[in-house]
Amino acid sequence: MSAVLFDIPGPRARRRHLTLTVLFAALLVAIAWWAVQRLRSEGVLSAEVFNDTFQNTNIQFLLEGFVATLKAAALGILGAIAFGAVFAAGKLSDHRFIRWPCTAVIEFFRAVPVALLIIGIWFGFKETIGTLMSVVAALVLYNGSVLAEVFRAGINAVPRGQSEAAYALGMRKSAVMTIILMPQAVRYMLPAIISQCVIVLKDTSLGYLVLYDEAVRYAKQVAQFVDNGALLVYGTVALVFIVINYALSKLAAYLERRLAERGQQSTAEAPASATATAGAGAGGGLGARPVGSGVDTGA
Amino acid sequence: MQVLIDNFDLILAGFVKTLWLLLFAGLIALVLGTVLVAMRVSPVAIMRLTGTAYVNLVRNTPLLLILFIFSFGLPDVGFAYEVNNYFNFFFIAATTGLGLYTAAFVCEALRSGINSIPVGQAEAARAIGMPFAQSMRAVILPQAFRAVVPPLTSTYIALAKNTSVALAIGVTEAAFIMKKLNNNYATARWPIFFGFALGYMIIVWGIAALGALAERRGALQR
Repeated sequence: MSAVLFDIPGPRARRRHLTLTVLFAALLVAIAWWAVQRLRSEGVLSAEVFNDTFQNTNIQFLLEGFVATLKAAALGILGAIAFGAVFAAGKLSDHRFIRWPCTAVIEFFRAVPVALLIIGIWFGFKETIGTLMSVVAALVLYNGSVLAEVFRAGINAVPRGQSEAAYALGMRKSAVMTIILMPQAVRYMLPAIISQCVIVLKDTSLGYLVLYDEAVRYAKQVAQFVDNGALLVYGTVALVFIVINYALSKLAAYLERRLAERGQQSTAEAPASATATAGAGAGGGLGARPVGSGVDTGA
Repeated sequence: MQVLIDNFDLILAGFVKTLWLLLFAGLIALVLGTVLVAMRVSPVAIMRLTGTAYVNLVRNTPLLLILFIFSFGLPDVGFAYEVNNYFNFFFIAATTGLGLYTAAFVCEALRSGINSIPVGQAEAARAIGMPFAQSMRAVILPQAFRAVVPPLTSTYIALAKNTSVALAIGVTEAAFIMKKLNNNYATARWPIFFGFALGYMIIVWGIAALGALAERRGALQR
C-alpha cells in the first residue's frame, strides 16, 4: 500500500524519513526508559518480585490454568463447528419453518454479549451440567452462530454450476449438500474457522466470571499472593495467549494466501468473495479480504 | 417479568453506565485507532513496525486480562485515577482498557478501508501531479471513509458487547446488575436473562442502524 500512497522517495523525502525515524526512535526509547524507571522505583521490577512470582508452585498452578483454558477452548470450538454446521444448513433450508427459527437463533446469540450468556447459562444450569459445560455452552452458542454465517457464506460461494450439475445427475438435496457443496466449501472456510479459534481462546477467560478455574483466574490468585507481582503475572499470562493466538492468526493468513493462489490458478470466482462476506460480520462484504483479521472484531 | 418492572430504575442505571463506557471507550479507540493506522500506512519503517506490534499484541490478549492489568496491575506503579464517585477508579480503568483494546480493531477496520481503494485511484491522483496531502484529502480519504463504515460498525457493536466484561472488575454496568439480580431472585432467572439480552440487542441494533445510515449518506455522495 505504501508504494501506492507514496512515490519512491527522492533525496528530500529520504532526509525527511530519516529525521522522522530518528525522532520516533528517540520517543520510543524515552517511553521505554521512563517505564523501566517507573517500574524500578515502585519496586515492581526487582529480583525479589521475579523470584516470588516464578516459584515452582506458581508456575505449576498457572500451567494447570492453561490446561483448563485449552480444554474449554477445544470443546468450545468443536461444539461451535457442529452448531454452526447444523444452523447454517438450517438457514439454507428451503422450508420457511426451518429457516426462520434458525435465523432467529443465530441473530439472537450474535447480539448478546458472551459474558451475559455465560452468567445466564451458569445460573440456569450449573447444577445439571456443571461450570465447565456452562462456559463451553456459552462459547458454542455465540461462536457457533458466528460460524453458521461463515459456513453459509462459504456454501453460497461454491459456483452455482456445481450444484446444478449435481441436480442434473439426479442427486437429492442432502447428497448435493454433503457430497458436492460441503467438501468444496470447507476449503474456503478453513481460515475463518482458525481465526475463530483465537476468539474462543480469548473468550474462555470469561469463565472467570462464573468461577471456572482457568488461566486468568489463577493469574489473579497468584497476583494477589505475590506482593507487587500483578504486572509481571498478568504480563506473562498475556504473553502466552499472544504467542498461541499469533501463531493461529499466522496459520490462518497462510492458508488464506494459499487458497487465493490456488483460486487464481483455476477458475478465480469464488474464494475471495466467500471469505470477504464471512469476514465482515454485521456489515456487508468489503472488497478487501479480511478473514485472518477481519472476523475478529474484538468480540 | 415482575422482577424487571420492580427493579426498572436499577436496570436503567446499569444500561446508562454501559452507554457511558461505550461512549468514552469508543472515543479513545477512535482517536488512538486513527493514530495507529496512520503509523501503519506511513512510509517510515519504524512507525509501521510499532503500529503492527501494538495491534498484534493487543488483539491477541484476552480483554479480561487487559482490564485486570489496568485495575490491579497499574495501581502498583502509581496509575490510579478517578473523577468522582460515579466515574470511579474502576470505571476509568475499564474505559481505558476497553479503549486501548478496541483501538487495535479500529486500526484494522480503517486499514481494510484504505486497502479496499483500487490502486488505480491513488495512481491516477499521483499521475495528475497531486502531492501526498492533496491526494489523501481529495481522493483516498473520502473513499476510505465510505468503505470503512461496515467494518467499523462491527467493531463498535463488539465494543458495546465487550463493555459487559467490565463487570469482572466491579463496574456497575448492565451485566453487573444482571448478576446481582440473578443472586437476589433465583426463581426469575430467565425473565432476567432475556430482559438484559433485549437491552443489549437494542444497543446493538442502534449501532447497526447508525452504521446503515452512515453508509446510505456516503452512497448518495458518490
